Amino acid sequence: MPEPLIYELSSPGRQGVTLPAPDVPPAALPAELMRGELPLPEVAEIDVVRHFVRLSQLNHAVDTGFYPLGSCTMKYNPKVNEDVARLPGFAFTHPLQDPETVQGNLALMYMLQEWLKEIGGFAGVSLQPAAGAHGELTGLLIIRAYHQSRGDTRRTKILIPNSAHGTNPATTSMSGLQVVELPSDDRGNVDLAALRQACDDTVAGLMLTNPNTLGLFEEHVREVVELVHGCGGLIYGDGANMNALLGIVRPGDLGIDALHYNLHKTFSTPHGGGGPGSGPVGVRPQLVEFLPGPVVEIVEEEDDEQAPLYGLVMPARSIGRVKAFHGHFGMHVRAFAYMRMQGKAGMRAISDHAVLNANYIRVKLRDVYHVPYDRICMHEFVAEGRWEDAPGVRALDVAKRLMDFGFHPPTNYFPLIVHEALMIEPTETETKATLDAFIAVMRRIAEEARTDPELLQTAPHNTPFGRLDEIRAAKELVLCCRPVEMTPAA
Amino acid sequence: MAYIPHTDAERKEMLAAVGLQNLDELYQAVPADVRFPDLDLPEAVSELEIAQEMQEMAEANVDVQHFACFLGAGAYNHFIPSAVDHMLRRGEFYTAYTPYQPEISQGTLQAIFEYQSLICNLTGMQVSNASHYDGATALAEAAILALNHHRGRRTRLVLSPAIHPHYRQVVRTYMQGMGVEIVGDEHLPGSADDLPAKIDANTAMIAVQYPDFFGRIRDWTALGQAAHAAGALLCVVVNPLSLGLLRPPSEFDADIVVGDGQPLGIPMSFGGPTLGHFTVKQEFVRKMAGRLVGETVDSRGQRGYVLTLTPREQHIRREKATSNICTNVALMALASAVYLSLMGKQGLRQVAELCYHKAHYAAEQLAAVPGYSLWTKGSFFHEFVLKCPRPVAEINQALLDLDILGGYDLGQDYPELRDHMLLAVTEMNSRDQIDALVEAMQEVSHA
Repeated sequence: MPEPLIYELSSPGRQGVTLPAPDVPPAALPAELMRGELPLPEVAEIDVVRHFVRLSQLNHAVDTGFYPLGSCTMKYNPKVNEDVARLPGFAFTHPLQDPETVQGNLALMYMLQEWLKEIGGFAGVSLQPAAGAHGELTGLLIIRAYHQSRGDTRRTKILIPNSAHGTNPATTSMSGLQVVELPSDDRGNVDLAALRQACDDTVAGLMLTNPNTLGLFEEHVREVVELVHGCGGLIYGDGANMNALLGIVRPGDLGIDALHYNLHKTFSTPHGGGGPGSGPVGVRPQLVEFLPGPVVEIVEEEDDEQAPLYGLVMPARSIGRVKAFHGHFGMHVRAFAYMRMQGKAGMRAISDHAVLNANYIRVKLRDVYHVPYDRICMHEFVAEGRWEDAPGVRALDVAKRLMDFGFHPPTNYFPLIVHEALMIEPTETETKATLDAFIAVMRRIAEEARTDPELLQTAPHNTPFGRLDEIRAAKELVLCCRPVEMTPAA
Repeated sequence: MAYIPHTDAERKEMLAAVGLQNLDELYQAVPADVRFPDLDLPEAVSELEIAQEMQEMAEANVDVQHFACFLGAGAYNHFIPSAVDHMLRRGEFYTAYTPYQPEISQGTLQAIFEYQSLICNLTGMQVSNASHYDGATALAEAAILALNHHRGRRTRLVLSPAIHPHYRQVVRTYMQGMGVEIVGDEHLPGSADDLPAKIDANTAMIAVQYPDFFGRIRDWTALGQAAHAAGALLCVVVNPLSLGLLRPPSEFDADIVVGDGQPLGIPMSFGGPTLGHFTVKQEFVRKMAGRLVGETVDSRGQRGYVLTLTPREQHIRREKATSNICTNVALMALASAVYLSLMGKQGLRQVAELCYHKAHYAAEQLAAVPGYSLWTKGSFFHEFVLKCPRPVAEINQALLDLDILGGYDLGQDYPELRDHMLLAVTEMNSRDQIDALVEAMQEVSHA
């Protein structure tokens, strides 16, 4: 049974919250600026709580089951993160307080900057960007500002491999730069011949996702970096796949000049049903002065009596603010707690087990699902959801059928360079028992594709909702509801 | 190891299945000279230790539960009903991803649909997206919409100087590669009446704030008419909580209404995460960036919700997309939906009225203190500007010793407003707190 809308639970005169009586004399209200109708629902607290609890129960989530959604790193979100982020000293501080009154916050942000620098091999980090795509925009604006500052204004092209995340081309346009797409070779790497041809003095940079969206470590990363640097361009690293690289290799050591981290992927802050994320950007030395600000710096060194004094500083040639205030601080707190609990040894262990889990599923499925680039993968791999002897079945059907067994489907139809792609990323936080259960179901579905294709084509069957009519949604375009009493009679 | 559940035996078994002897062999493709760096990071601590350590860090801060807060300027200390956070802490909500698979994501989808509805009804606008990062980035995205609406033929944006300084800075950051001229906020004029004169035939959009950065409220109807006469769009940046009391910006014929939803049930959390709300007139729906949830039916005939009009978005249109946004702040949108539901028709009006009356009481009392005067003329909501007899930083330092967080030092952003303090008063400030502030301000009025 679908849950009614909150407006459908409304009864005139009901109220969910009581507020204190006024303790000051009333002031005159400017009549010409007062609103008439305030069309909000009128519901009791119990209505609101039951409504949203029931809605929550219609969701699949990491807390309810396996979520192998490729490129999204749906790892477990530690509960203690949620507790520490809500400590009054963090949650109830105002962003414009005098820095001397928020030294705890600034110390935390400073250490997080330092750790991210160390993990990525960078000279500077800004925590301001609010999400991965926001970090990408930041990174490209930094690259643009760097070239501009050298009077190198001809550089307007950004090279993007065709296996890149969809955000990369959109980000490039937003930065006022032009996209040049590069093909992949037959091992899933950047096609070096095409790259060599594209490299000239109009190239501002190249956006590299490494591991790429096939889950493969770029085998020619050194050559790619050399070619781009050789023509005067810079390398932007899409850090969405950092979960494979912690303690394995530092992007800065590979020559990547700027990279965003997704704290909501790699560092366990929750995805929240689509945010808030956090997308800090790390850069090599020549780009530090262009970082968005403010960043946290030590403004007075510690001595025998005093802890260091932290302050908020705008980098000298900053591209400017990318957000009001200081970024998603609540996410910084969660990532800090997680990184502190992992420590040095834990970082390497995260990637080791994320990569091991992905390879384990790959070898257990590759005889029944075609894996087009079948070599040791990193934290994820891409299989095809199609069979010659099951012509009516598509990756989408496999995805929907998985729901019947309590699993969230892998990412499908991405990357675009694989037909009927199923992109599987298990993360390190899953037990072998969960992986084995998933493998068994995937094998069963591959069999059903031949024996009972309709079962897949009409799936899911065991979920509270069947397939939704997306065409109707786009055609009728009902994007909000009005209060019941305001709806015109039919 | 924390949150890695593998036993030694399982690890061995899995490695064998992959055909490897040890974990190092997974990384043959990584250049050997930079493989396995020795990271200079602290050793791991337990959950027990991290909870204590972070408690200490949090306690190194001054927070608004222990100090009376009169600081606003874009982030506000409001009452958050308990039920809001209880809903956010549902693992089914906060550990889910973007609802790409609607059959198992109806909770998030319907909650966003309800958020869109509540924000539309509050602002009077016809369409709301699923959210932007914050009010500042929402304004920048509004500028992009306006430029695209004019297909790049208009390249001028007019920003009121009374828009939050950070928001104007973010617009400039976003626009730096786009060849756009941003005018109107070079200095603070005596009145807002010279804004219409800044609109020319090349202007894509004019943006104002309501209540403005200084807390003032005014009717923007004439400005909307002037903008539309010149073919420009009107964008209004709002504090959504004020709309419990004030006329919605739709009545000024605004084309785009954006703002920060932090006052609607979201803790200040040192400035983030908050909520960028973004609403438009129906005619701009296909030009609007960000996720949108629409109503439909499922294969069993049940009403349900899906992400819709996705062809506008980055993963389909790639470089032709108007924005790269994907992850937004869905959980914060949920917070504001729960908050607006709990407050409802009567509660939101009561909160807004409490803010209004308390701010006016504080303004009147402070203006009567010798040495201080009210810079703000005319109507204001819950913030006002006080001209002070001493530098604001010095006054605030003295207030801090009395457990009071004073107002914002406007001289930082507006040279004309040296020694002017922007104060915010909300339902969280009792009369006793306000009286204590007045007394303290009197004491600290001279060095």
